[in-house]
Amino acid sequence: MELDVSIARKSLRTASGQTRIILHDVTFSLRQGEICALLGPSGCGKTTLLRIVSGLDVDFEGRIALPTRHKIGMVFQEPRLLPWRSVAQNLRLVGALSDIDLAEIVTALRLSRHLDHFPGELSLGLARRVAIARAFAVKPDLLLLDEPFVSLDADLAARLREELLALVLKRKATTLVVTHDVEEAIAIADRIIVLSAAPGRLIADRIIEAPRGALTEARIAKVKEAILSVIANAGS
Amino acid sequence: MRKLIIKAVSVWRPGKTKAVLFRLLPLILLLLVWQAGSRLATAGTLPSPLAVVSVIATEAWSGALFLNLFVTLARVAVSFALAMVLGTVLGVAMGRNKTIDRLCDPLLIVLLNLPALVVIVLAYIWIGLNEVAAIGAVALNKLPNTAVTLREGARALDKNLDEMARVFDLTFGKKLYHVVLPQLVPYLAAAMRSGLSLVWKIVLIVELLGRSNGVGFEIGIAFQLFDVTRLLAYALPFVGLMLAIETVLVQPFERHLSRWRPPHGA
Repeated sequence: MELDVSIARKSLRTASGQTRIILHDVTFSLRQGEICALLGPSGCGKTTLLRIVSGLDVDFEGRIALPTRHKIGMVFQEPRLLPWRSVAQNLRLVGALSDIDLAEIVTALRLSRHLDHFPGELSLGLARRVAIARAFAVKPDLLLLDEPFVSLDADLAARLREELLALVLKRKATTLVVTHDVEEAIAIADRIIVLSAAPGRLIADRIIEAPRGALTEARIAKVKEAILSVIANAGS
Repeated sequence: MRKLIIKAVSVWRPGKTKAVLFRLLPLILLLLVWQAGSRLATAGTLPSPLAVVSVIATEAWSGALFLNLFVTLARVAVSFALAMVLGTVLGVAMGRNKTIDRLCDPLLIVLLNLPALVVIVLAYIWIGLNEVAAIGAVALNKLPNTAVTLREGARALDKNLDEMARVFDLTFGKKLYHVVLPQLVPYLAAAMRSGLSLVWKIVLIVELLGRSNGVGFEIGIAFQLFDVTRLLAYALPFVGLMLAIETVLVQPFERHLSRWRPPHGA
């Protein structure tokens, strides 16, 4: 599914009555199946952008163009599972899921042993997996991920990244993933959009040409350096 | 059979017996004091427990006791259900919508402070001495209480889960059943517990004032005859019945609904 994002301005009225601009002139389009990382320092409006794309936030100037019929799978920063429903029930809630589809998602994310558990019995890492599984349970055309690997230890994050990537590629969902980690962005995305510090403006839009997985250490270092220099220049 | 008995015995630990005995102790003491008091009291003011039991037996044998208990229980059930459903709908609407809250809040405060007796008498005068007036008056007494409790519940609904439901495009029914109602359970349970005891007390007054059957009516008759034995013979089985409903139905239901909560409130 294709996605056109065109936000002229998104502002917020603070408690003291002042208007604070969160996002300014952020325009980009995603092709069908593109995996795009949204990179930027904390507080630059990445999450707000994701909320606007998801339709949760409609109070902005600009427009979001989506096909009329589309399914959104979203992973929030917190798992946001229903604590009173088991893992399996949480997954089945969002879509009419066949047993085969459920088994596939659950196996890919290594959740088979936890289907009958309640979210309160899971570690953060596991709860995050369930939230990711739920996003795939709707058979999404558009996948929105808000810092899906944050506060997981490095090994766990790397493993989850591989599993998630495999699912995304299989589903061919257009994906927008918010992160503040350059290396994570390079590892997962085939395109990186960089926002400046608040108010968030689009300061870089790079397509990573090399096929995923074929990036050499040197190439990764080069992309990373290029992006970091963009961020540094924007800051000055 | 033998196996079953062994199992029953093993489930019934000595500690449990002790706990039950401990709970029964005050009741046994009360019975003893009652027995002693009945010997000292002037004739007719306090019958002995045995005299009350014998009247209960007579009334039960004739079927009058069960009929009256059933009629009262039916009124309790209908008015309780009515107050819970309408109160919940009103409370949730007020908790979610500021305009509705502003419109209904003053009415709610008036209703909360209106004595039950006023509502009952007005209902009988305006609607007539009939079942609709009786049940309506009881429900109207309980309704504001439920509405206020559920309004708190609706205000405390988790915004994060609400957003989740919106993004995943859950149907209204699914959202209500899986997302909203489970969050309201503690508030519903609180409203139910206080509601049941309130409703059955008011039902007796309603029956006393304008119905020709039920426990309240019988107590009214006993009052006119100054027949304390008869009064207790109706009051005690009814209290027992309500206590049984509370322990056998309401409490297990609550436990069932909150079984997902990890123990020790983690």
